[in-house]
Amino acid sequence: MIVLILFASCKKDSRPNYQFMPNMYEPVGYEAYSESDAFRNGREAQLPVDGTIARGHDLYEFENTNEGYLNAKANLLSPLDSTEVDESKAAQLYSIYCAICHGNKGDGQGNLVKREKILGVPSYNDVGRAITLGSIHHVIYYGRNSMGSYANQLNEEERWQVTHYVMKLKSELEGSQTVKDSI
Amino acid sequence: MEDNSTNNMQQVILRKLTSTVLRLGFIVLLTFSTSLKAQEGDPVKGKSLYNANCAACHKLDSKMTGPALRNVETRLQETEGLGREWLNSWIRNSAGMIKSGDAYANKIYKEYNGTAMTAFPTLSDQDISDILAYTAEEPAVAAAPPTDPSGQTQETGTPNKLILGALALLFGLLAMALILVRRTLNSFADAKGVDVAAREKSTPIWKAFVQNQFLVLVTVIILLLASAYFVFGYLSQIGIDQGYEPVQPIHYSHRIHAGDNGIDCKYCHSSARVSKHSGIPSLNICMNCHKSIAEVAPETLAEGQEFGVDYNAEIQKLYAAVGWNQADQSYTGESQPVKWIRIHNLPDFAYFNHSQHVMVGGIECQTCHGPVQEMEVMYQFSPLTMGWCINCHRETNVKVEDNAYYTKIHEQLSKKYGVDKLTVAQMGGLECGKCHY
Repeated sequence: MIVLILFASCKKDSRPNYQFMPNMYEPVGYEAYSESDAFRNGREAQLPVDGTIARGHDLYEFENTNEGYLNAKANLLSPLDSTEVDESKAAQLYSIYCAICHGNKGDGQGNLVKREKILGVPSYNDVGRAITLGSIHHVIYYGRNSMGSYANQLNEEERWQVTHYVMKLKSELEGSQTVKDSI
Repeated sequence: MEDNSTNNMQQVILRKLTSTVLRLGFIVLLTFSTSLKAQEGDPVKGKSLYNANCAACHKLDSKMTGPALRNVETRLQETEGLGREWLNSWIRNSAGMIKSGDAYANKIYKEYNGTAMTAFPTLSDQDISDILAYTAEEPAVAAAPPTDPSGQTQETGTPNKLILGALALLFGLLAMALILVRRTLNSFADAKGVDVAAREKSTPIWKAFVQNQFLVLVTVIILLLASAYFVFGYLSQIGIDQGYEPVQPIHYSHRIHAGDNGIDCKYCHSSARVSKHSGIPSLNICMNCHKSIAEVAPETLAEGQEFGVDYNAEIQKLYAAVGWNQADQSYTGESQPVKWIRIHNLPDFAYFNHSQHVMVGGIECQTCHGPVQEMEVMYQFSPLTMGWCINCHRETNVKVEDNAYYTKIHEQLSKKYGVDKLTVAQMGGLECGKCHY
């Protein structure tokens, strides 16, 4: 009984358990997100060197300013043609990253808005904003006003997929609007 | 006569005057009241309009993307002498006003680093006065719900303690009573001269036990077996961290984020879609929402007190780490990494890939991580042992339909094993080299 209590007292939920032969468990190299002496600031997660572009990424020419936004809105075109747009994939990404605020239909009525955690999310068919493919992509890339950047969660191809999906939602919203008006 | 007549005349004139003055006054009053009515907005309508159109960038009492808007109309009137006209045209087309060279428009545009306010041409005069009526409302005095639940918990806490105390007292009294009864009985026996069961002297039980060698042998064997059982149990849980629940540097409640708010796991753990790691979300993902959520709702705060956590203080920790200046609504550039404590950790000799399971296998996160959406403090739900992995691979069917690329091999394997549905194990999910290399 005493032995049992002794054993039981060795394990606490607030710290990890003992390991048998830790040198089989612990990696020799550095692991993702770990601290490491291999780098100057002691962290494994590093930013790309200035002036370089990581593999799988591309140069984005528009600046994170209002002028950049207007420029992108007018001039940025999608690299995807209509055959490359994968709607089911885009819908999946949209429901993960966007629908929580913008709503599944893009009307600005996501769960967080309904619960009044985040307010003022506009509908995609907002006349004052008049979003275009270029402006959507620009905003996903940099964020705008209260919206943050999603460039680290979505890669370039995924961003364009979502952009096309947003345009589809916008046209659906506008369609339903005109139907309502005509009635 | 003359005097009289002039007097009369005067009176008439005066009467006329008074009547005209009165009439004028009425007209003025009427126009004023109508204009008042036109300007009087409905704060309730205004609130919904405000939440839909303005709240993305403006808070009532603190600066956000745009300035705070509490009593904006009266403040503008007092400090800048700008009236409703200015506000109307600013709201409908701020860019146009900046271009036209309006002094205050340009000043505010510069003050907010050239952030353009979206134009709202669709808002009518009535809409705008509704919104302004809402902004002119006095801030609702925050009801004090935090005190309520604490009182409740105390109420629910005390009866339990009371019951326990009463029980303990009862037992104490019972024991006392028994002792007393025994004593009185003994004294009665003494008084009446009854001999109370004088024990016979015999060999003590332990001596008898030692003398019986068979009994000794059996006991020793039982003891050895029992201790072997416990030692084995202890040894086999070494290196298993099921239930590991460390205290994280910033208290993050999965219950609120994934449960109550229903945010998808992959929103924050986005690399689970595309890589081996599920990823520790970087702080900018927190800031996607917490840029505008600096304080939790009073109900949420009250819930936090049940867990002994002040959520607002935790959000301040986040701001400190990411270097967000709440007053200026800008980043200071001084950030420091948060040392999150890793909970789920496979040994180095085992390979696991999240994207394979999440995207290809389509397995819910909860299958392995448990009811995360209910966890106030994250803990390890599964043992993460090899037996646990293999068990799942033996039981889980692979989705073989609608995958043209693998049709042929699926057919062959189905024929080989004589089954319709293939498990992961039958597809080679038990090969050593799949996870150990």
